[in-house]
Amino acid sequence: MKRVAVVGASLAGVRAAQELRAQGYDGGVVLIGDEPHLPYDRPPLSKGFLAGTTSRESLDLLDAGDLAALALDFRLGVRATALEPADRRVLLSDGTSVHADGVVIATGGRARTLPGFEGAHTLRTLDDACALRAALVPGARVVIVGAGFIGAEVASTCRSLGLDVVVLEALAAPLEPVLGPELAAVCARLHLDHGTDLRCGVQVSGVSPAGVELASGALVPADVVVTGVGMTPSTEWLAGSGLQVGNGVHTDTGLVTDLPQVVAVGDVARYGGRRHEHWTNASEQAPVAVANLLAGHSARTYLPSGYVWSDQYSGTLQLAGHPRPGDTLSYVDGDPSSSSFVATFSRDGATVGVFALNNAKLFNRLRRQALRRPAVV
Amino acid sequence: MIRACTVDELPPGESVRIPGSPAIAVFNTEDGELYAIDDTCTHQDASLADGWLEGCFVECPLHAALFDLRTGMPTCLPAKEPVRTYSVVVDDGVIYVQGVAAEDAA
Repeated sequence: MKRVAVVGASLAGVRAAQELRAQGYDGGVVLIGDEPHLPYDRPPLSKGFLAGTTSRESLDLLDAGDLAALALDFRLGVRATALEPADRRVLLSDGTSVHADGVVIATGGRARTLPGFEGAHTLRTLDDACALRAALVPGARVVIVGAGFIGAEVASTCRSLGLDVVVLEALAAPLEPVLGPELAAVCARLHLDHGTDLRCGVQVSGVSPAGVELASGALVPADVVVTGVGMTPSTEWLAGSGLQVGNGVHTDTGLVTDLPQVVAVGDVARYGGRRHEHWTNASEQAPVAVANLLAGHSARTYLPSGYVWSDQYSGTLQLAGHPRPGDTLSYVDGDPSSSSFVATFSRDGATVGVFALNNAKLFNRLRRQALRRPAVV
Repeated sequence: MIRACTVDELPPGESVRIPGSPAIAVFNTEDGELYAIDDTCTHQDASLADGWLEGCFVECPLHAALFDLRTGMPTCLPAKEPVRTYSVVVDDGVIYVQGVAAEDAA
């Protein structure tokens, strides 16, 4: 293999490029990114960077030493527009193309928008974060649609800036389908304890200059509106490539697509029918995908740790595993009314998930010891 | 030199955080070796005393950066900067960390 094109220059793409070198590949690596920026880390965008306490420089995924050592051929500020496997080419939005024997698809996705909310802020990219930060002036009334991780973290940051915040959530409680009603209530309490006006079971209909309009006809006044309602995988550019797409690019359990010289990693990768939108997943997939790309077949299987974290207000939330509704929740330490607790999810006598609020030590112990075996679908 | 805790309070495989500026994490490995490093992960704010101890490495409890307790060097991403290391002495059953401003000195 003489040249590998890594399409997508965020965490998953960068990790793939690093893994190529770490696994001894010394051919060319072209790293294609549609944003003009060198690769940066996204988690602080809703937290310290938005609050102004984390510097732009600290977001960089690669420092000067890394850049020199990796010897990447960057194509930044251009989008991949097509993959032509027969010609081994990736076409780019500036009219150029990249010849590559191997391709790593790491195009992630874009923030989903709601009909009627055109022009509202979303938060996925550095530019999004800069635009939102500029809007968070003293006295601004902030309304956030969606109480998932992004919405909750933005709400938390806005409160730390002293702003009035309303969070509108369609579900009965934040993250209820993921965490179940008891832990969802904990997430709701975090909002209320810190002065955020969380309103659940609310349907929104659109944004107006005065604020957010609800399906009920009511208006929630706002100066700044942020939607945090998930993301859409970026696969449009793969139309005509012959690859299976649909809620991500489809791969086997080793992250290899129908073409052995094309693998996928990160938010866009739908492996064995599953797709995750998390930092850890984007980071952990690269070693497997790259090994399989270099081997020419799916020699290794990806086993997700299912680890996610979120910093909200005074709390660090951690979740590992893949709990489902109906799993049995048990408190190992503390209880849901305390400021620090650890709970496990069990199913058929096996621990399938661990959740912690402000107890990283016990969380990691259980994650390693109780959850040692990988989740089996 | 600051007092960490007694030897009895830190069995093998355990760690303790000494508040201060900077906060220090002291580890007793499964092999009974004592190490002290800066407690705060160089990647993002997390207490390494809460991390997972394996051999003479500790994994950050939040984002899985791995540090070598002997050198303070990170051995994998996302951390890139080392943590400071300190020498540890045991005197009369008490563990002390050397080379730290003695704010909490016993």
